[in-house]
Amino acid sequence: MAHHEVLSPLPGTFYRRPAPDADVFAKEGATVKAGDVIGLVEVMKQFSEVQADVGGKVVRFLVENEDAVEPGQPLVVIETA
Amino acid sequence: MTVEIVKPGLATTIQDAGRPGYYNVGIPLSGALDQYSFRCANLLVGNDENAAVIECTLLAPELLFNVAAIVAVTGADATPRVNGTTAPRNESFAVQAGDKVTFDFMRLGARAYVAVAGGIDVPVILGSRSTYGLGAFGGFQGRKLAVGDKLPIGKPSAAAKAGRQLPAELAMPLPKETELRVVPGLYFHRITEASADNFFADTWAVAPEADRIGYRYKQGRPLQWRDRKQPFGAGSDPSNIVDAGYPYGSIQVPGGVEPIILHRDAVSGGGYAMIGTIISADMDKIAQMQPNYKARFVRVDMDAALAARAEYKARLDRVRKALA
Repeated sequence: MAHHEVLSPLPGTFYRRPAPDADVFAKEGATVKAGDVIGLVEVMKQFSEVQADVGGKVVRFLVENEDAVEPGQPLVVIETA
Repeated sequence: MTVEIVKPGLATTIQDAGRPGYYNVGIPLSGALDQYSFRCANLLVGNDENAAVIECTLLAPELLFNVAAIVAVTGADATPRVNGTTAPRNESFAVQAGDKVTFDFMRLGARAYVAVAGGIDVPVILGSRSTYGLGAFGGFQGRKLAVGDKLPIGKPSAAAKAGRQLPAELAMPLPKETELRVVPGLYFHRITEASADNFFADTWAVAPEADRIGYRYKQGRPLQWRDRKQPFGAGSDPSNIVDAGYPYGSIQVPGGVEPIILHRDAVSGGGYAMIGTIISADMDKIAQMQPNYKARFVRVDMDAALAARAEYKARLDRVRKALA
């Protein structure tokens, strides 16, 4: 069991949902595959998808919905098998 | 003789020294937003310092070289990698045909410049190879780079070589907090004295929508305008004026809330009062500010602005000597 942090590739505003009234991309406790979208970062009026770079269980998110994030900032912890 | 775009990054464009001389007909300067780093990149690979380069914004692209080339990366702190192996910043290096160049995330700064010996050989339009996105001309097909684009490369000069290094003290500083110097005017008299004091006292954060057109700042106190009856032709909001030309670097504050500094792709005129203009020597600093980086505006007079410009030019001369 190893813990892996998914880092934000760029600065901006982090969103956990594709739309305000939609479900979150990934719930804590859920299982994700490498390449699954776990959130969006909005900057310069563009939304960029953040993908899990490993598969595993989502342990916890380290930032809240709509938090400002920096490049390289850890967003979520994934437990790899 | 091309470089191919494998992944485009966030807002990657071809830029050069810009397209001055057409602002009167609504065509802005364009050109590399950080002119200093842009020139350093060209000089590192033996190019004319005005050659066209690749400007990468916040998230850099992935490039596939279809030809051997000498390359240099300046500006934002995004480590380049050739086929996964770290390459230096602020130093020219060689790539072979078939090599893939990627970048780590931008630890500091907002714009990295990739110069290729020979320059990016896109057509010259109105004296420049720069992309003007709003006008959909210049650069590569008048737009941001997309997957599969093949950028033509010019012929390298005899001076192109790997291992040419920019001295560390001449690299572009990339602070998270900076001071931007402002010459007040042309509509500075429209805000109250107390409000002007607040403007210069407050710390302002870059808003996420800041781009090549304008850099928006937030978190300072709103401006208070002096009472007046709005003149004929001006909008009803006190931040409105009768339409006027917008200088490059001018600061407008729509609704008095969030200042916007007009950068190199800005429109040339409109109906917002400009309370001041960022001095030319500080415009490159803005180009390297990520969202949420902080700025304070510092009031200076024209003499100080001209002295800063002379200092900026002297620094560029030192770069030219160091990289000759």
